[in-house]
Amino acid sequence: MKIAVCVKQVPDATAARRIDAGTKRLDRSGEGALNAFDTNAVEEALRLKEAQGGEVVVLSLGPERALDTLRKALAMGADRAVLVSDEAAAGSDLVATSYALAKAIEREDADLVLFGQQSSDSDGAVLFAAVAERLGAPLISQVAELTVTGVAATGKRQTEYGYDVIEVPLPAVIAVSDSINEPRYPSLKGIMSAKSKPQEIVALAELGVEAARAGEAGSRTEVLSLAPPPTRGDTIKVEDDGAAAQKLLDYLVEKRLV
Amino acid sequence: MTGPILVFLEHHGDELTKGGLGVLGKAVSLSGDVAGVVLGSGVQAAAAKAGAFGATKVYVCDDPALAAPLPQPRVDALAALVEQTGAGAVLFASSVLAADVAAGLAARLDAGLNWDLAGLEVKDGRLVGTRPALGDSVLVEVAWKGGPCLGLVRSGTFDPQPGGGSAAVEELSVSFRDFSTAARMLDQAHEQASGPSIEEADVIVAGGRGLGAPEGFALCEDLAGALGGAVASTRAVVDAGWYPYSTQVGQTGKTVAPKLYIALGISGAIQHKVGMQGSGTIVAINKDPNAPIFDFADFGIVGDLHQVVPKLAELLRARRDS
Repeated sequence: MKIAVCVKQVPDATAARRIDAGTKRLDRSGEGALNAFDTNAVEEALRLKEAQGGEVVVLSLGPERALDTLRKALAMGADRAVLVSDEAAAGSDLVATSYALAKAIEREDADLVLFGQQSSDSDGAVLFAAVAERLGAPLISQVAELTVTGVAATGKRQTEYGYDVIEVPLPAVIAVSDSINEPRYPSLKGIMSAKSKPQEIVALAELGVEAARAGEAGSRTEVLSLAPPPTRGDTIKVEDDGAAAQKLLDYLVEKRLV
Repeated sequence: MTGPILVFLEHHGDELTKGGLGVLGKAVSLSGDVAGVVLGSGVQAAAAKAGAFGATKVYVCDDPALAAPLPQPRVDALAALVEQTGAGAVLFASSVLAADVAAGLAARLDAGLNWDLAGLEVKDGRLVGTRPALGDSVLVEVAWKGGPCLGLVRSGTFDPQPGGGSAAVEELSVSFRDFSTAARMLDQAHEQASGPSIEEADVIVAGGRGLGAPEGFALCEDLAGALGGAVASTRAVVDAGWYPYSTQVGQTGKTVAPKLYIALGISGAIQHKVGMQGSGTIVAINKDPNAPIFDFADFGIVGDLHQVVPKLAELLRARRDS
């Protein structure tokens, strides 16, 4: 079975994140890291491969330096990395990103396409459904338990109301939740061998993606302006001396909340 | 923006969700040309309820293929409806289902999707949204290039506006694509909720590690009962198996914005904060005076929640009964 795992390089969680006031894009110049939610998808792919055999390919769209991030997935045990990287792709929104990524996935002809549940920088949880649509493949998102046979996948999806158990025929797109597994840490051997695993950088033209469908030209959303968030009012803080419950009640009554 | 605004009205059983009705109310305040959309099987009764919340028109697609809450057949239905109506925007209240539908529709139509919207307005005839980003440290004003404009609104952002009349219902028939109907719902295990869900509640009482033990949630439930609210939880207690995932607020759970959020024994880590800081009033009770939650709570009590909470619940009941 061939499994494609889509991952993203995000700014390191320990670094202060900012949006560039000029480009109105997230400043990605600092240290990059593998989106933590994606490590669950890589882990799930590796477990499936270990149980059933096959190949795990990690795919990403980003600047060339995102290759460092893909190597983390190779160090975990993935077999091969493909990075779609092109200056024309900078500033791609959902429409443009899903288009280019779907083209790269189509080239792989994978049985299963895995995603993490969201990206930690944009808080988006939308790319997998857009990619599934572009591929014309069935989708299960927010999957907390996954079973894959040769022809079908069954996922237990977490929803607002509880659980849904959904079956899809392969090839399919599955977005896993971060409760599905505990991702492994790369071993020293894994880190050493990652360097020699196949790593390919692909330009948009090689995928047949016209420049007009990529980057800002191919995007259908835009950022108009940035502003500081509204500030909250003054904070009242009291130590409980036995009367705090009454003080809180008075406060809630005054604010007409009860 | 030209063309009507369509509002996806998600339903659960015979009820339309409060989130969808809230977005409907907002859309009606922005445009004179708004229609609700109800997609499901046996949803006529649910659809009829939209009229009481401002919809003058509701499109209904009633089809067995839409019986299960699966996203892809809903993309087919909405795409057909956008084409038929020349819609200028399709708005959704955020949910697991709605996010998948909206993103699929964006790819189908090559239409822009903005998510996590906490505000919507029309400026110079153009739809503009506001979106808190980077852990709500910056407020981003977002727009769409071309149409239709697709938007996912943060849960709890807009309240339903009751008091409308009745809606004209128009039936829609859709032909589904093969892959859209390839997924099969094998089983659904839905928790029986007592009281409102956390997306719907005006008041949320949330419990964290500081409750001390799973039994501590009885305090949350008791206080929520006294306030007519819902009980929420944190990642830490869900991971520990104290409370169900469906109640988890935060980065890997839900984003909520009730009028009143009472945090009991919650330290206020950034992962939790991003899920609830849009709440109207935040109250925190924690024994650690240095807990970060006190930095963004409106009213904080440093003390033993096992002392304060029962007292507060008792005071609330006494007030209600007087």
